[in-house]
Amino acid sequence: MKLELRSVTKTFKSRRGDTRALQDITLDVASGEFVCLLGPSGCGKSTLLNIVAGLEKPDSGEVRMDDQPVTRPGRDRVVIFQEAALFPWLNVCDNVAFGLAAAGAPPAERMDKAMQYLRLVRLVSFKKAFVHELSGGMKQRVALARALALEPQVLLMDEPFAALDAQTRDSLHDELQDIWAQTGKTILFVTHNVREALVLGDRVLLMSARPGHIKREFCCVLPRPRQIEDHALVDAARQVLADLKEEVMAAAQEEAEHERLAA
Amino acid sequence: MNGWRLRLLFFIALLAAWEALFRLRLWPPYVFPSMLSVGESLRAGLADGSYPLAIAVSIRRILMGYGLSLAIGIPLGLLQGRIKFVQDTVGTLVLSLQALPSICWLPLALLWFGLSEKAILFVVVMGAVLSVTLATADGVRNTPPLYLRAARTMGAQGLTLYTRVILPAALPAIISGMKLGWSFAWRSLMAGELLYVSLGLGQLLTMGRELNDMSQVIAVMMVIVAIGLLVDRALFSPVERRIRERWGLHTAG
Repeated sequence: MKLELRSVTKTFKSRRGDTRALQDITLDVASGEFVCLLGPSGCGKSTLLNIVAGLEKPDSGEVRMDDQPVTRPGRDRVVIFQEAALFPWLNVCDNVAFGLAAAGAPPAERMDKAMQYLRLVRLVSFKKAFVHELSGGMKQRVALARALALEPQVLLMDEPFAALDAQTRDSLHDELQDIWAQTGKTILFVTHNVREALVLGDRVLLMSARPGHIKREFCCVLPRPRQIEDHALVDAARQVLADLKEEVMAAAQEEAEHERLAA
Repeated sequence: MNGWRLRLLFFIALLAAWEALFRLRLWPPYVFPSMLSVGESLRAGLADGSYPLAIAVSIRRILMGYGLSLAIGIPLGLLQGRIKFVQDTVGTLVLSLQALPSICWLPLALLWFGLSEKAILFVVVMGAVLSVTLATADGVRNTPPLYLRAARTMGAQGLTLYTRVILPAALPAIISGMKLGWSFAWRSLMAGELLYVSLGLGQLLTMGRELNDMSQVIAVMMVIVAIGLLVDRALFSPVERRIRERWGLHTAG
């Protein structure tokens, strides 16, 4: 597996003028790598993820997966969203089996796969539960199982833990590292949380806003499994945070400038 | 349980008030019949087979008309909800026609189809199909975009997206549209049968009027209410309850 982004650029047009969301993003992701995209809100990191997913098209540049250009969504690159986006008309097991069912897999096979991945996220006992009976953390674990059941090469995670409480998030960090180690998936993970990025990523790409581009790259070589309160991690986070703050300030300033021009 | 007891008490009180009012003799019996004579009409009608026959005819008509309405309305609504061109054209037409009581179609229907079952079916369909279409289109349009994105990223597209995501996501709206459509269909059928005499419950009602037999008129009205209510309670309520449970929409109590 080889994921390449070449000079990806994206502009959003609106009545208030154009916003350059992404400028000239070039990036290579190796097989089995865990890459975090870190940036302030509005820096275009979700847009970038959507482009890799094939849910949005870049204005110029391209995304290549195993030397094939990405033009539309595909089961080799599954997205996990901030809201779990589970389907309320299906029970947990059928949710996990959704992608396989949509692809026309026979019932026995998709149930096997669904159970296999429900075991992985330790939710087998909830297989018949309705979605609304799950807690937020459980929903994200089901969403993870649902994505993994398709056995994609790349998992695209768009701030999947941002809406969860801190304890749940910490335990999901453990679980995700564990699953990543077991499955060897390539993961592209979007977050605005510095420590989260450092807990999870092999590489952390700091993005800056308007136009969104990759400002700096940090390699995180701390031993795994990492915890959010590890000393070394907190130290590393401080350094990244200083950079990020600059970006947040710049974004705020730019917004204020925009406001001033509009007024 | 408490709710049921209250309802029962209320209806017993209503019947008692009716009988009491009758006994005051404020109006002659052919204008305001007694509860007992209505009961007798009901019994006699059921016994001599005229009510069961009328009920069977009306049920057959509504099943055909309503079934046809669903068969047209749901696919049309699906198209309308997803394709802007259809929404702007057919959708606007459907919305305008919604302002027209379906019985207004009867003169045209009689002209087109003659004094036949088809004419009455047409009126029933025109009564039900619009609300089914509108509700389906609304449900489709309100499908959370996140569901669509999630499904697409998992490889669902085209027809699969419709059958596995859009349709089930719109199901609660479609069911309420079907329920509304059912009551419109039932009303349209009764109106049609009243005006256009050939069997059915509506005809029994007209017959009661012509014979100045208000007991029969009221007895038939009760049958019409009972059937409408029965379908609502036996068919739609359980389905709605199940959907509310599944979606987690049920409120406490």
